[in-house]
Amino acid sequence: MTSLPPASDVKLGLVIDLDICVGCHACVVNCKEWNTAGYGAPLADSNPYGKNPSGSWLNRIHTFEAGHGAEAKVVHFPKSCLHCEDAPCVTVCPTGASYKRAEDGIVLVNEDHCIGCGLCAWACPYGAREMDPAEGVMKKCTLCVDRIYNTHLEEEDRIPACVRTCPTSARHFGDLGDPESEVSQLVAARGGFDLMPEQGTKPVNKYLPPRPRQSVTADEVDLVAMAKKTTPGGFWKWLDQSLDRLPG
Amino acid sequence: MPDDKNLNLSPKSADRIAKTTCYMCACRCGINVHIKGDEIRYIEGNRDHPVNNGVLCAKGSAGIMQHLSPARLNAPLKRVGKRGEGKFEKISWEEAMEMASSWLKPIRETDPRKLAFFTGRDQSQALTGWWAQQFGTPNFAAHGGFCSVNMAAAGIYTIGGAFWEFGSPDWQNTELFLLFGVAEDHDSNPIKIGLGKLKDRGIRTVSINPVQTGYSAVADDWIGITPGTDGLFILSLIHVLMKTGQIDLDYLIRYTNAPWLVIRRPGSADDGLFLRDENGQPQVLDHKTGKPISAETAGIRPQLKGEIALPNGGVAVPAFMLMAEDWLNDEHSPEASEAKTGIPAERVYALAGAIAEAAFKREVVIDQPWVDWKGEHHDKMIGRPVAMHAMRGISAHSNGFQTCRALHILQILIGSVETPGGFRFKPPYPKPAHIHPRPAGKPDQVKPSTPLPGAPLGYPMSPDDLLVDDQGQPVRIDKGYSWDAPLSAHGLMHMVISNAYAGDPYPVDVLFMYMANMAWNSSMNTRGVIDMLTETDPETGEYRIPKIIYSDAYSSEMVAYADLILPDTTYLERHDCISLLDRPICEPDCVADAIRWPVVEPDRDVRGFQSTLLDLGARLGLPGMVDADGKPLYRDYADYMTNHQRKPGIGPLAGFRGQSGKDKGRGDPNPDQIDAYIANGGFWSEELPENARYFKMANQHYQDFAVKMGFFDKPEPYCFQIYSEVLQKFQLAAQGHGKNQPPQHLRERIKACFTPLPQWYAPFEGDMVDSDTYPIHALTQRPMAMYHSWGSQNPWLRQIHGHNPLFIPSGLARSLQVQDGDWVWVSSHHGKIKVPVAVMEGVNPHTVWTWNAIGKRRGAWQLDPDAPEARKGFLLNHLIHELLPMRGDGLRWSNSDPITGQAAWFDLKVNITKADHEDDASAEPAFPILGTPPDLEKPASVLRYGDSIIARDKKENNQ
Repeated sequence: MTSLPPASDVKLGLVIDLDICVGCHACVVNCKEWNTAGYGAPLADSNPYGKNPSGSWLNRIHTFEAGHGAEAKVVHFPKSCLHCEDAPCVTVCPTGASYKRAEDGIVLVNEDHCIGCGLCAWACPYGAREMDPAEGVMKKCTLCVDRIYNTHLEEEDRIPACVRTCPTSARHFGDLGDPESEVSQLVAARGGFDLMPEQGTKPVNKYLPPRPRQSVTADEVDLVAMAKKTTPGGFWKWLDQSLDRLPG
Repeated sequence: MPDDKNLNLSPKSADRIAKTTCYMCACRCGINVHIKGDEIRYIEGNRDHPVNNGVLCAKGSAGIMQHLSPARLNAPLKRVGKRGEGKFEKISWEEAMEMASSWLKPIRETDPRKLAFFTGRDQSQALTGWWAQQFGTPNFAAHGGFCSVNMAAAGIYTIGGAFWEFGSPDWQNTELFLLFGVAEDHDSNPIKIGLGKLKDRGIRTVSINPVQTGYSAVADDWIGITPGTDGLFILSLIHVLMKTGQIDLDYLIRYTNAPWLVIRRPGSADDGLFLRDENGQPQVLDHKTGKPISAETAGIRPQLKGEIALPNGGVAVPAFMLMAEDWLNDEHSPEASEAKTGIPAERVYALAGAIAEAAFKREVVIDQPWVDWKGEHHDKMIGRPVAMHAMRGISAHSNGFQTCRALHILQILIGSVETPGGFRFKPPYPKPAHIHPRPAGKPDQVKPSTPLPGAPLGYPMSPDDLLVDDQGQPVRIDKGYSWDAPLSAHGLMHMVISNAYAGDPYPVDVLFMYMANMAWNSSMNTRGVIDMLTETDPETGEYRIPKIIYSDAYSSEMVAYADLILPDTTYLERHDCISLLDRPICEPDCVADAIRWPVVEPDRDVRGFQSTLLDLGARLGLPGMVDADGKPLYRDYADYMTNHQRKPGIGPLAGFRGQSGKDKGRGDPNPDQIDAYIANGGFWSEELPENARYFKMANQHYQDFAVKMGFFDKPEPYCFQIYSEVLQKFQLAAQGHGKNQPPQHLRERIKACFTPLPQWYAPFEGDMVDSDTYPIHALTQRPMAMYHSWGSQNPWLRQIHGHNPLFIPSGLARSLQVQDGDWVWVSSHHGKIKVPVAVMEGVNPHTVWTWNAIGKRRGAWQLDPDAPEARKGFLLNHLIHELLPMRGDGLRWSNSDPITGQAAWFDLKVNITKADHEDDASAEPAFPILGTPPDLEKPASVLRYGDSIIARDKKENNQ
């Protein structure tokens, strides 16, 4: 079994805004293309042109409907490794392949040591790990560890691929260990939450809940009354009066 | 402690980064292609690019897989089996080009109409349209006719531009955003970027759409309207806003034709036309004198109300009075519409209130002085911050043109078009219909061995501009610009095969297509079209459509039905120009254009279609493509992009012109222009002056800028056309006036539909079929991860959308007793399909829908014949006929908008019944497996993309 390092001050992670994720899958595919030729073995696809195409991905979006009838809402829910502070996928690992970095809290798999037993995937309550169909090693989000410190990239590009590509800016990256960081401030302001806190994993990644919908029918201004208040004296009288008020 | 000493935190992602333009859909974002050795390592968005500002969608991110698809064609092909068998023989380019020119040359020398040249998702229409013109055939169009021409044409005729490439919401300043019928598509990244900005500012968004997916899912309000009733809904908003006086009168007077005087002389040939002076100038009533005066006169204040008697009888009144009479009528009230739209009147009132509140209580003021076209100085730019966007959803109906016009007019009435916070034009728009050219191809303009005098596509201004013969019969094979579809600005691609097969109005000899999957998802009535492509004349044994040339980069379904295949490159292997002469990529604050260039070289015997086309043009000796000695003028498309001039100083690319490379818009060709584009990141852009950024239709600064850049040769200010005199001219013709009148059988339809102010009428198919037999509306949407991506065989994307269930509302599911994964039969007046279902709450209760173009024919695209795309994926196309149900009059009525000819995909009505359970069900109809062109790459059974790059990296690190 593998031990976790002492809790680090720096806790790098993602903040994902469910208010604006439209489920476009940009993050999913951009993650795949960056990471398939990067960290570890390629993210393989079995039967890529066949009957049951199935590949390893580090990030997926689950789209579902919550609620019933008129109250139902379509939810787009992106999910990847949450880089938990008490990561059960690490402690369960028999070889030490699965580990949490002491300096920034990123959870990684050292593929050289991974025997593909799959215990970590069983231990992860989020289903955030996927066995590579070709290499037989466990794949997971690396938080683009080969981008965020990469001196070959422009400084503004030293962020995870999913964050850089997200068209709606629904994804944010930063140090959630620093209460002053932008991501921590965002979490504080928007009521960011832990996914399944009852699991006791203390995920670093946070989700921002959908903002309350500003429904037109439930507006504080009485819009219906505004739209029913016909012009006194009728339209043509209103027109004459209004035109008289125009300059010129 | 575990260690990660081998972890390389700073790998080099590229030996070189090539900046070009994406082609995974129609958005045309800037991309940075990371290349290692000769392999593509990664594609990301270009941060400097005006379209996408660095972001990239799922399709763009899957570009590597598109580029490496095993379905790529690898050489020119000659059909050797029967059409549809997919049996081909590889031939040389020389043989292919000789074959094509031997087919086309005699046509050009005798009857150029016998060539029908239709390009699908073509991003080079400035070239392809010009090529058709030089060939001399009027039979040219791209895919707009079956996509969103209603939106584009209604926009051009009403405000001088529409949505998407014509303009966009003022994301920075708007206070309320309304999205009509946008199925997560056009345009992809800019809308998502914009929505992100709105959410960040806490701006309310409202989605009016029968389906609550994608953008609708994050909207503050979702209005699940009944398909085809958007026009009614919009007119009821207009009714409420007018009735309560929540319209911008000053704006209407200054920038629209609301004050123009309209002649009222029922029964006469000028009834409903504008009162004009001897110079043809429209007249208004001067507030001070009460007399008519030219609308262009500076310093007057026109009246919106009044009446003058005309010398020859009748009267003239401001158009505004007709608007008010019409829209104040209670037939447009929310209460009168709610049964049809399915939207309770209270919700319409609430939305109208929200529009009024944002427009008039949250006025946006920008401290920026400007001067209008009449010379009047304004010290500020004042805007009505309500922005709207719409696309195919409201467009692809037989009442779509008038619906789109109603939407543009709603924006005008509140004063939000081209004002801060509203809808903003992107240069070179606004450009009203009257300054666009008329379509060329009148009977006396189509002559052997002679170019047309102008472009085949344009904007008619009256019946005199139609392309019809002395008997009023169509000149074009698609019947574009005939009385069937007078304002068909993008042609009717969906009618070409059907008409050519029927020889109506005449047979063609060669059908030449590019990037148009007409034997599958781009056609209505797919099975019927397949039959039309393969049927022979029993007397001659020849195919009804004798010769078909097709260009595609991939082994699509259409390939099997062509006789000669000219293989295209992938988008990373080619030159292209995203030209201002074509469909531009500008933003409201900047002019921009872009290129593609071969960031990697093709490893197959393929050529960019545009270079092929220029070669073919030269072989045919087409004017403009050969010099005086008949030698080719252009080496290839890149040479054309650099050196072609449409008129002196104006070429395909507007940036880096002139010998110095510093000229913008206008300038001599610059031999180093393409290199300058590459050095600049694959694009060029120029910011608009601050004082030219709003009110462009009336703004002197903008008009001067537009002339300088070469958009027009003189300033072209104009007023928005709320009242359409163009439509009224067709109306008068249908009433029996003028020298060009419609055939009898079309008169009633034209009278009903060509109203100068938009009216709602029931979609044709829904109106003609029995609504008890076919009670359900059926729609398609494009998924964000696949919209406009013609190669949905992409191994990454197909893991996201590998098949498409029919989404059905929960109430219907209960009554049918079906659950997720069950199968149903869906039937229409035309056909029947068997498909899997998924139950959904967020959909209009009378509507079912599915993702479009996921279903694939077995054998195509190098997919396994048992791929889910073929087994569980399906097309609604089998249910949609290109013709309306028979009326017993022997005539072929197109399933299209009667004004523009837009394919009415979304008028479909269906019936649904539960299918018997089968353990291993497949979608029906099923088709035989298509044959595959020779020597295509064998699809991998396991894909480990990046393997060789990783291996090389490791080797380098160890050295």
